[in-house]
Amino acid sequence: MISSVLSQHMTRSYTRRKLTYRAMYALLALASLIAIIPLLSIFGYVLTRSLPGLNLAFFTHLPQPIGETNGGMANSILGTLSLILIASMIGVPWGVGVGLFLSEYPPGKLSSVVRFSADLLTSVPSIIIGLFIYTLVVIPMRRFSLLAGGIALGIIMIPTVARSTEELLKRVPMHVREAGLALGLPRWKVILRIVLLGHSRAIATGIILAIARVSGETAPLLFTSFNNQFWQRGIDQPASSLPVQIYTYAISPYEDWHQQAWAGALILVLLVFFMNLVTRYILSPRGSRK
Amino acid sequence: MFSFSPRPKSRKETHLGDFIFASLLRLISLGLALMLVVIAFFLLRGAFASVSRFEWSFITDSTWDPVQEVFGSAPVLFGTLVSSSIAVLIAAPLSIGIAVFLNELAPPKIGKAIGFLIEMLAAIPSVVYGLWGIFVLAPWLRTTVEPFLSKNLGWIPLFTGPYYGVGMLAAGLILSIMIIPTIFTISREIFKTIPTTQREAALALGATRWEMIKISVLKSSKSGIGGAVILGLGRALGETMAVTMVIGNRSEINLSLLAPAQTMASVIANEYAEATSDIHLSALIEIGFLLFIVTFLINAFARIFILRESRR
Repeated sequence: MISSVLSQHMTRSYTRRKLTYRAMYALLALASLIAIIPLLSIFGYVLTRSLPGLNLAFFTHLPQPIGETNGGMANSILGTLSLILIASMIGVPWGVGVGLFLSEYPPGKLSSVVRFSADLLTSVPSIIIGLFIYTLVVIPMRRFSLLAGGIALGIIMIPTVARSTEELLKRVPMHVREAGLALGLPRWKVILRIVLLGHSRAIATGIILAIARVSGETAPLLFTSFNNQFWQRGIDQPASSLPVQIYTYAISPYEDWHQQAWAGALILVLLVFFMNLVTRYILSPRGSRK
Repeated sequence: MFSFSPRPKSRKETHLGDFIFASLLRLISLGLALMLVVIAFFLLRGAFASVSRFEWSFITDSTWDPVQEVFGSAPVLFGTLVSSSIAVLIAAPLSIGIAVFLNELAPPKIGKAIGFLIEMLAAIPSVVYGLWGIFVLAPWLRTTVEPFLSKNLGWIPLFTGPYYGVGMLAAGLILSIMIIPTIFTISREIFKTIPTTQREAALALGATRWEMIKISVLKSSKSGIGGAVILGLGRALGETMAVTMVIGNRSEINLSLLAPAQTMASVIANEYAEATSDIHLSALIEIGFLLFIVTFLINAFARIFILRESRR
């Protein structure tokens, strides 16, 4: 097959074919450069535009009404951390559990259905998860709440954690499990104590990546945790979060708030990138050596 | 008789602890699998008022007017379709080109560095894209790109009318940037599975490197690339924040790409706060349900596509 296709090309002169190759090389290199421009632009603007708004007050103060200076996003930062905590309490055990089911038990109909659903759930737009929690939690509770936001983010975490746990545990050699079973340990102890604990570093990377992904999510929070300009009063009260606060400030008409939005964006980007880099370090050969 | 496997052959657990543990894992896994059904159910229940009131006119009617309580989602469906199409038309050739370049042509070190940067695009939160879109991309479009398009290509219906910076074009562009990493990463994974011998065979017969790429790489990964592009499309359809911030949020059908528009995701994000009447809320949830079904079908289709490719 290759030769028949090739013979069509070979009817052309060698110089022409060589030139085509050169032209395509240049074109594809150019495409790669074009794709990087937005990234550099976003980084550049987030860095330079955020600097004027970044000061101590940004981390320690509450948002101020327009006209008053020295506003901050302290409650939003705290809110995002609380949301991550609640989301992890749901997403981590559920996700790891499903990952264990997929990797440690014999493949069957259920496991392929679960795997397929997990993949599809990953690609459900996050705003849909927000709507779902709105109808499931917010409407019955009759108010937006930190809890609802945390649940929404938790659900988004589950499939990511499940699939990464599965992928990582599949690489664990079978003799590790055999060693445990040979000692007479029941299977559940082998799975929890040897397979899971023994590879907790690797599994942690999957969890951190899932957290990094949800900590920047805005859409599912709009109608679950909503927003709040004050300190958090309880788990059943509306909660502020960095992404929603950035959104609110960005679409406002006030210059001062725009500056705060950029500062918030810097913090959010740093948070997400820091988590990404940590996982890269853990997974790198140098990081995994004890 | 003494055959032994660390993974049990049968599902019957004899040890009580094992039985409880396995049942628990099976239960939560089943719960995850059922999640999609549960989501569909709750959305449909929330959308019931709207479904029963507007029936099919909800999809065909082109008036979206919360004040008069008339909800036809045609403008929103149109906006979703057009903005995602722009995104795919730009991002697909670009991402596949980059994947080819980094995997087949570039020196490995450069390939690794650029690949890392492009994967970083995926890590940027959507709201940060939106912020950049409002304050950098949209002003640039308004002062540089759109005057040019309007002046020189204004006779094409796509570029007629006044321009604001925000609008369909801005949404399509920002979506295209956001789906590059999706299409790029999957395409590169597919290229990596192609055996080196297949490339060597083409080169040995006298093909230039570009001919080798066409014959050995692109031809044999056609359906996988198709799957990657469809997954990118699925991502573009449901992307919310960045689009909401740059599309201008006007629920009208307008052929001009310079005009403000609205997508399914952006109308939900934009109107949730002002949805005071039950029917408005229900209509928004119905949009959500439609979006859920569309992305579900698209992703299921794409994954089966890619699965077929990788199993061959």
